Amino acid sequence: MAEIIEQEKGKKGGKRRPKKQSTRIDMTPMVDLMCLLITFFMLTTAFSKPKVMVITMPEKKLNTDKPPEIPAWRTLNILLTDNDVVYYYVGNADPRKPPLPALVKSDFSKDGIRKVLLEKNKDLFVQIVTFKDKRHSGKLVVADTTADQQIKKMKKDDQKGPIVLIKADEKAKYKDVVDIIDEMAICNIASYAIVDITPVELGMLKTAPK
Amino acid sequence: MPKIKPPARSPHIDMTPMVDLFSVLLIFLLLTASFRPQEATVITSPNSISEKQAPDKDIMTIIINKDGKIFYNLDNGKDSAKHTRMDVLTKMGDQYNIKFTPKQLNDFSHQASFGMPMVDIRKWLNAKDSKEKEALQIGIPTDSVGTQPSELFYWVRFSRLSNPYAEVAIKGDGEANYKKVKMIMDMLQENKVNKFNLVTNMEKQEVTLKDVPK
Repeated sequence: MAEIIEQEKGKKGGKRRPKKQSTRIDMTPMVDLMCLLITFFMLTTAFSKPKVMVITMPEKKLNTDKPPEIPAWRTLNILLTDNDVVYYYVGNADPRKPPLPALVKSDFSKDGIRKVLLEKNKDLFVQIVTFKDKRHSGKLVVADTTADQQIKKMKKDDQKGPIVLIKADEKAKYKDVVDIIDEMAICNIASYAIVDITPVELGMLKTAPK
Repeated sequence: MPKIKPPARSPHIDMTPMVDLFSVLLIFLLLTASFRPQEATVITSPNSISEKQAPDKDIMTIIINKDGKIFYNLDNGKDSAKHTRMDVLTKMGDQYNIKFTPKQLNDFSHQASFGMPMVDIRKWLNAKDSKEKEALQIGIPTDSVGTQPSELFYWVRFSRLSNPYAEVAIKGDGEANYKKVKMIMDMLQENKVNKFNLVTNMEKQEVTLKDVPK
């Protein structure tokens, strides 16, 4: 499709000039091809790299040391089971000391378990969020690493927030566990752990409100 | 008064700037492209607010799909001269008395994730057809036979021996059963891995001071 301007021929006499050809090339096919290539590359390139969430589990000890004492009012047990339902109770379920605490049903929505966690973790949450806001608005200028350290220190010094024990039964989905760990990150919970569910709690789940 | 006619113009547009722009884009994309490796299975990761990027070197990934099948992937490490994947496969071969030809080893180092028992791995490496390959991906056995630890245990152990800097990532499908994930975590803890990276997609969640209940 290159443009060629045809010259009139047949003029006799005069100098024979070399044919004057236009230097313009039709670029449409080239553009077409490039469009195709660009689309292809855009679609095959992995732009968004996956993110990771880091969890550290306590080392499994072979010798059974006495587990650290946790005040009962600080413990918040979260039980996960199927159907995206979350149950929680405060304190510990000890069959030797009846009555067993009652399970409260909740879910993963904004007003579900998050509200409970925020309520319990109010002090620390407010502290961390105000700190972050100050950094955002530019009132406080600190390096990222320093800020992380300070937040870590706030979490460590916190004596009032809940200690969350996450327990999932066999019917739970991986997504639920990730979601609940994510809630911990959202609510800035200082201490949480994934632990095995006890038979007592399995029994409590059976009689839990549906 | 006679109307002034605009001079007749050629309808052609000069495409040179457009072509220039496209070329720049194309070159940019070509240079930055990191192709998605062909994965053995499709995973829908759960969401989280985490902004930490998954490292693309020095990482071993245990993949758990919807049906609870286990796949495994490891990279060749930051130092490409070391050929971690080849090394690990040779060690696995020694463990299970399977010999690999240099070509098979070389093939293996260019593959991505895989999931089949050790007995089938040579078949998988020799398979030409992608359908044939897919049929062999039945998951890595995770059951321990008597006192003998599972195959996945050895994969992780030898990977850690070959590349001590490698971190462990768990890439599970959201619908996968937690029981399976828990089993993997227990297995990893037996391997003295206590820090896991759970692969997730990023999702923004805004919680502000207003959300704190009074």
